[in-house]
Amino acid sequence: MPVAALNLVEVILNGLMVGVLYALVALGFVLIFKASGIFNYAQGVMALFAALTLVGLQSGQIPFAHLINAALGTDLHYFGWTLPAVVAIVLTAGVMVLLAIAVERFLLRHLVNQEPIILFMATIGLAYFLEGLGDLMWGADVRAVEIGLPQGGSLWFEELTQGWAPADSGYWGMYIDKLDVVATVIAGLLVVGLTLFSQYTKTGRALRAVADDHQAALSVGISLRAIWVITWSIAGIVALVAGAMWGAKSGVQFSLSLIALKALPVLILGGFTSIPGAIVGGLIIGVGEKLFEFTIGPMIGGATENWFAYVLALVFLMFRPQGLFGERIIERV
Amino acid sequence: MTAAGAVVAAAPERRIGGVLMEMKNITLRFGGVTAIKDISFDIREGEIRAIIGPNGAGKSSMLNVINGFYHPQEGEIWFRGAKRGPMRPHAIAHQGIARTFQNIALFKGMSTLDNIMTGRFTHMKRNMFWQALWKGPAEREEYANREVVEKIIDFLQIQAIRKTPVGRLPYGLQKRVELGRALAAEPKLLLLDEPMAGMNVEEKEDMSRFILDVNEEFGTTIALIEHDMGVVMDISDRVVVLDYGRKIGDGTPDEVRTNPAVIDAYLGVSH
Repeated sequence: MPVAALNLVEVILNGLMVGVLYALVALGFVLIFKASGIFNYAQGVMALFAALTLVGLQSGQIPFAHLINAALGTDLHYFGWTLPAVVAIVLTAGVMVLLAIAVERFLLRHLVNQEPIILFMATIGLAYFLEGLGDLMWGADVRAVEIGLPQGGSLWFEELTQGWAPADSGYWGMYIDKLDVVATVIAGLLVVGLTLFSQYTKTGRALRAVADDHQAALSVGISLRAIWVITWSIAGIVALVAGAMWGAKSGVQFSLSLIALKALPVLILGGFTSIPGAIVGGLIIGVGEKLFEFTIGPMIGGATENWFAYVLALVFLMFRPQGLFGERIIERV
Repeated sequence: MTAAGAVVAAAPERRIGGVLMEMKNITLRFGGVTAIKDISFDIREGEIRAIIGPNGAGKSSMLNVINGFYHPQEGEIWFRGAKRGPMRPHAIAHQGIARTFQNIALFKGMSTLDNIMTGRFTHMKRNMFWQALWKGPAEREEYANREVVEKIIDFLQIQAIRKTPVGRLPYGLQKRVELGRALAAEPKLLLLDEPMAGMNVEEKEDMSRFILDVNEEFGTTIALIEHDMGVVMDISDRVVVLDYGRKIGDGTPDEVRTNPAVIDAYLGVSH
């Protein structure tokens, strides 16, 4: 294979892997939007909060240490132990479920039957509340996620692909981030698991039922409140996965919450109500922005990745406003 | 009573029992508008009870009170010998009250089979942990309930559309699937909100037959709202007549038919 073709393949592969991470964030949005018609602005901050909690719990940080120190004049920071990664992940998942219960109890329950825009505003409030809570609990330092995820490129893949080019071309082989591969596998498992769960279990059917018709769901005995807690819990755990992956890639910092903005064009492409749509949309955006940067980028001065996704979404809106797989026109947001 | 058993068994003798549900002096207001004013009536076990009346008489509101969508400001609701406090609709479904809707409320994205399976919700007890594992108890429960659902599909003669997303079905069939979903709950009391609205004569005949069959074969108590007077008089045991939120008649179809207040309400005599 000529080097140029190999380069193109590498760009597409990397695009697919970035796309998977976008899709992970978008997935959380779709879950909540389907079940309750709420566009959850806080999804990105939930990913940040989950990542902060994961790192904090694992490193044995004392929650609210700054607050306690300020109030009591102590100098506490760490418990002095570290938790195994698995334990920290399970505990963080537990925290996200508690968060879901709190959101239902203190937010959703009081806003039943309100206009979608009011619910949207409420989630903006929730986003800032969570961001502050994360800061207060775990501090504002940039942290690294160390849960045993592999880092760096795959040498094996590099050597393998080196052999594909003509021997005298001086081709170095393809660079594939090991973390991206892990993220892809985990995201894939997550989507397959969620799909099976929603197709073949009683709770899965209940989730789909609530997405379709609230009154009919109530009439067969489904509690809307229970379903909201379940969807927000699942979205919280998806946020945990997304937060851990992005955190491992670029460190846990407050700008992590901005990945929510990258999920928007993904949702516009895939449709707000479709889980497969979130995946396909994520992949299209990921591959699209890498390819665009690779082919057109050099001609127009590069840095196209910052805006390509949004322009693509804009073009898409003109032709198919409900997205590739969406059911409803997104005006409802 | 299980639907599964009842379908196979020969139709038992129809037997009307004691009072299953009693509404005592129900008043329901929306702001300044009184939708239901001081209405009392009862529903006996095993009967087909119709609620009729002109548009805006409060029929649908009454059904919504029974299944908990609305909470009356005054009055008492007694179900199976116990006074019912203010309950949320999904809890009332768990007590054994199922319903259909005037404007079909099916889960449009789901197949006929899944819609009716959702009707089994109150009969499936395994928690999320078992469901997530799938193998074992949750799987057995799923299959057992699936059998009941298949019996209902046979009963309603909708085998051909088992896997079809209900959004694609014609109106009459959607109504039938909705009846199936309510039946799947094996309810103590089945509420039907205008089961024949918008149907042609043939579809109406089919639906009347299904309602009678459900009542006879499963012994299900049915309370229904219907506009078509002919149908109501044919299939119901007792009829309660509402007009402007008040009760103006109550009794057998023959009694109601000759009741002067009812005739006035239907023929539009000025008050």
